[in-house]
Amino acid sequence: MATEYSFYPGCSSQKGASSSNYLNSVKTMADKLDIKLNEIPDWNCCSASIGYAGGGQLPRLALSARNIALSEKHNQGQTIVSPCAACWLATKEASERLKENETLKKETQIVLKEVGLKVENETPIKHMVEVLIEDIGFDKIKKQVTKPLKDIKIAGYVGCQTNRPFGINGESYENPKYLDNLIDTLGGTPIENYDKKVQCCGGALAFSEPEKSQMMIKDIIESAADAGADMIVTPCPVCQMNVEVYQDQINTKYKTNFKMPVTYYSSLISVAFGANIKNSALDQQIIPATKLNAIAKS
Amino acid sequence: MAEEIKTGCYICTGCGIGERLDDKQMQTIATRDGKAKFVKSHQFLCSDDGVKTINDDIKSEQLNRLVIAGCSRRAKMNTFEFDNIPTSRANIREGVIWVRPDNDESSETTQEMANDYIRMACAEARTMKQVAPSEEQSTINKNILIVGGGIAGLTAAIEASKAGYQSSIVEKSGKLGGFVANLYKSIPHKSPYNEPQETQIENLIKTAEDDRNITIYLDSIVSKTEGAPGRFEADITKESGASKTHKFGAIIQNNGFTQFDANILDEFSYKTQKNVITQSELESIAKKGKGKIQKPDGKGEIKTAVFIQCAGQRSDKENHLSYCSGFCCSTSIKQAMYFKEQNPDIDTIIMYDDLRVPGVAGEDFYRAGQKKGIVFSKAKVSQVTGDGDNLKVEFKDLILDEDTAISADLVVLATGLVANSGPDPYATPIELDADGKEIENPEVQKIDVTESVLNLQYRQGTDLPHLKNGFTDSHFICFPYETRRTGIYAAGPVRRPMDILQTKDDATGAVMRAISVIENSNKGRAQFPRSGDLSFPEFRKEGCTQCKRCTVECPFGAINEDEKGYPIFNEARCRRCGTCMGACPVRVISFANYSVETVNQQIKNCDMPDEFDEKPRILVLACENDAYPALDMAAQNRIEYSAYARIIPVRCLGSTSVSWITDALNSGYDGIVMMGCKKGDDYQCHFVKGSEMAHERMAKVGDTLESLQLESERVAVHEVAISDIQTAPALIEDMAKVVEKVGMNPFKF
Amino acid sequence: MSDMINQYRNNFLKEVESKVEEGEWVKNCMQCGVCAGSCPLGDAWEHTPQKIFMMIRAGKKQEVLSSDAMWMCTSCYNCIVRCPRELPITHIMHGLAHYAKRLGLAPKNNPTLKFAQIFWNNLTKTGRVNELKVGLSLYFMNGFVEGIKTSLKMQKVGLNMIKNKRFSIAEAWGGHSVKDKSGLHKMLKKAYDLESARVDK
Repeated sequence: MATEYSFYPGCSSQKGASSSNYLNSVKTMADKLDIKLNEIPDWNCCSASIGYAGGGQLPRLALSARNIALSEKHNQGQTIVSPCAACWLATKEASERLKENETLKKETQIVLKEVGLKVENETPIKHMVEVLIEDIGFDKIKKQVTKPLKDIKIAGYVGCQTNRPFGINGESYENPKYLDNLIDTLGGTPIENYDKKVQCCGGALAFSEPEKSQMMIKDIIESAADAGADMIVTPCPVCQMNVEVYQDQINTKYKTNFKMPVTYYSSLISVAFGANIKNSALDQQIIPATKLNAIAKS
Repeated sequence: MAEEIKTGCYICTGCGIGERLDDKQMQTIATRDGKAKFVKSHQFLCSDDGVKTINDDIKSEQLNRLVIAGCSRRAKMNTFEFDNIPTSRANIREGVIWVRPDNDESSETTQEMANDYIRMACAEARTMKQVAPSEEQSTINKNILIVGGGIAGLTAAIEASKAGYQSSIVEKSGKLGGFVANLYKSIPHKSPYNEPQETQIENLIKTAEDDRNITIYLDSIVSKTEGAPGRFEADITKESGASKTHKFGAIIQNNGFTQFDANILDEFSYKTQKNVITQSELESIAKKGKGKIQKPDGKGEIKTAVFIQCAGQRSDKENHLSYCSGFCCSTSIKQAMYFKEQNPDIDTIIMYDDLRVPGVAGEDFYRAGQKKGIVFSKAKVSQVTGDGDNLKVEFKDLILDEDTAISADLVVLATGLVANSGPDPYATPIELDADGKEIENPEVQKIDVTESVLNLQYRQGTDLPHLKNGFTDSHFICFPYETRRTGIYAAGPVRRPMDILQTKDDATGAVMRAISVIENSNKGRAQFPRSGDLSFPEFRKEGCTQCKRCTVECPFGAINEDEKGYPIFNEARCRRCGTCMGACPVRVISFANYSVETVNQQIKNCDMPDEFDEKPRILVLACENDAYPALDMAAQNRIEYSAYARIIPVRCLGSTSVSWITDALNSGYDGIVMMGCKKGDDYQCHFVKGSEMAHERMAKVGDTLESLQLESERVAVHEVAISDIQTAPALIEDMAKVVEKVGMNPFKF
Repeated sequence: MSDMINQYRNNFLKEVESKVEEGEWVKNCMQCGVCAGSCPLGDAWEHTPQKIFMMIRAGKKQEVLSSDAMWMCTSCYNCIVRCPRELPITHIMHGLAHYAKRLGLAPKNNPTLKFAQIFWNNLTKTGRVNELKVGLSLYFMNGFVEGIKTSLKMQKVGLNMIKNKRFSIAEAWGGHSVKDKSGLHKMLKKAYDLESARVDK
């Protein structure tokens, strides 16, 4: 029987948005792993980490609390799961803040009354990779691999928000291994030690401080490339987008010649599970993941 | 009448010795070269059967010397102890088979190594004498003299009483409690370490006063102390002048510290501004006001208090203290809390350079201070001046890197402590001129004017020697509280900066030492590190030249002089290190079981191949406390070294006689390696000064080499720590290389 | 030296404690500087978090709140996980930035401030982020001419995204939204009012 989760997809994975490819591959992966994702009805934006300027603390908490309350109401007893690092982080942070601070909890309940909701705040909140690691397990994933990712050297770029401050399953903040282990499980070759594995890509500042951010992105790609990576894989929509889409601009500015594919772990899993290019969302790459495409086509 | 020496030699073939070495050959060596009357091999000598065999033979053959060839003397110590029969251990396990490769080409030199250790052990056993305990200690007094009635003294007395020992507290002032009695509260010593706590000093005083095992002398000093552990005699003199002599078994000096004199801190206007006070003055104000702190000038309320850390401390300015007093940061946090307790809106700013909160409350207390809103600023205060009714504190904020100033109603100076050690006996060192005559060191101009605390009638001075910064020298790394005067212990801030809780622990520890020295001296036994050793130094008076080297060099001040300048050994003060023996130029000092001769015979009884054999010999004199165990551990790790090395353990490198070096070179040794413990201010020498003395002595050995026309590299003196498991064997290897380079010693006869 | 009376007093520290998100942690900083060394954009900060904490204790309200330092935070959380005193530094920086904006002290032309406000306005309008509108407003936030220039510069990025169905022009006409928009607006207003009552008093 399928395991059911209360699914919080997040704004950027909606149709026509920047990480819609992520959602597509997550759906393929979930189908193969017999995971049923029940979307939280009428969920709203988490306000991400950049929402702080406009929103004060309580309005931001209200946004996340509304999502949790909706999940508790409609998807009772189901763990909330989000594929987006920012959504997961904001929701989990809000949940913890409400547990720590009685005043904020009280005020949040008053606020939620406006939309006829009440938050119990007892629902576990997981990132999609936590579901894979903790609920499914690498052993089960390995069993389903039909097309091992042979001869592809992949740098697992963990980045920030799935790694800090909460992190995954007791991993170290400085050198988390779960992506390496996943790549290994799928038959690929993980690039385990490269300098910028957990370096920030600039996050939302890629928009407001493009030069500073692109400098950091350049370092990330360079360090993965120097370590011999054919491609980069990441669990975070902001990481994926920032590291993939600015490579042309970086090449112009720094006289580099990057053409480094950056995909989601869910695309990797989909391909290894035998999905085609479309269902693995590889057709939505700006820089084509040539080696993965070859396996998907084989 | 000289007794007939009957040596029994027992060769163990267990632990792989039998497979690597020819025990029949060793038996022959023991009989032929070692003159053993009785030789046996046993395949498991430390077993009950092995030990029984030895015991049976002792009876039936009337053996009076024993040689045990097998494991290191550091293994099975108690097993191979036979009713006070002088016993030598030939280390053919750690010293031979474990440090040599097991192959055909090495087997000859390995066997030669073992044969030599048999010869050496037999020679040592022959020259050792039966030890008879000192008869000096006929009547033992078990009372403990405690000098100082503060928190340390009270704790020591109460702990002694709990262990069933009587004590006398001598307190200079008119009341007990010392520095702590002046405190409003103390830093916390109980979880969660977030608030000042009651000092409970009144309870402690009452407990001591009510205890029948404790005698208290107020307004009193110790005006004269003589004797040794178990038989100290001290004059306790009242302020009135009345004096009486009392007997004690041991002494604890815990007379604490004096506050650093803030009057010299002109930059902080301590002398001129009423509202600039020291931490200890703030305690008095708080205690008087039961927590309510009044402005010293009486003008208005305190709204802002600034604490200046390291006032006159950790500074290289003249007359300042160079060290950290350890408790002042915690004290300022505590005192800032006094204000927060009174009114949380009072601003309290602690200006520190490095905030240090040692001790059990530590970081928890610091965090608690931050939570209460104390502002901590990493700052260097340049000056404090009067500004109307306020004070102006000028400083550089070291985080924000800017010069700035704030106004304050009260400034508290963390001035630190100066140990009440008494004059350092070595502050005006007496030098010996070329003829051995005493001369005053002309470089030492400053005469220490501090009043004596113990008034010891020792040849080596009136008080405990200092280490540095005026704190008494206590063996900080191995034996805390253990000073350089046996039977006299230092506890509390007189030996190093510490807080109340640490002081109490210290006092408890010192009492344990005091009890142990009383009980040991009662049995004529040494204090550690040679715990239980019954030997003591003896000297041949007719050979003595009254040069006084022994009395000067003894690290523990154990030796007095009679009116003619002959040494008087106070046996209970002696730690049996043998530094006096090593110092004696005419070799008249010896111990029954350790003497110039016991080592010399080992040196000489090693087989010396002739020059053309290409088999050099390297003599290693290794301190039994650190270097020898380091070599044993190297052997346990199978770290190899030269088959030409012959290792002799010494009690302390300080016991090394220069004659051993001369004789060894004369009898053909090609290189000599000496290994002692670390010396200097952060010494690890178990006898504090032994290693240092040896190094000094050996610095002059170059002349001997020159007169023999030998290369100076042939003799090396090293500092080796017990952890130098890789280094110690490497030093032997280094010497082997030196010998290879400079060639063989031509003096091989 | 001008402000000897208010410096190093608790006034601003207390204000931060009561009015800034996670501000009660500021006093616990022990000035080790690990945060400053861990920040990926550390060099770009006018004052490192370590210094900001000290400035708060020194009472430098204007200097702290008018600085663009906090607006350099990328929310990477490196400082949080490395702080030996476990201060939620990222949140404090966000809190200070928000408080500065609330008091009108934040640097007016800071791009991150502008972007963050655009983002918030956008998401609260429909309850979900409209990436096209966020993008366009972002490019035009420094005026029309600058906007055209930025748009041209970013044109290729945009076109690539459109081509791969990861950016939709359709968003210009409505786009994604929550159904209960009015409820959401009511909720946010209530939250804003409650918080203001607490912070602006």
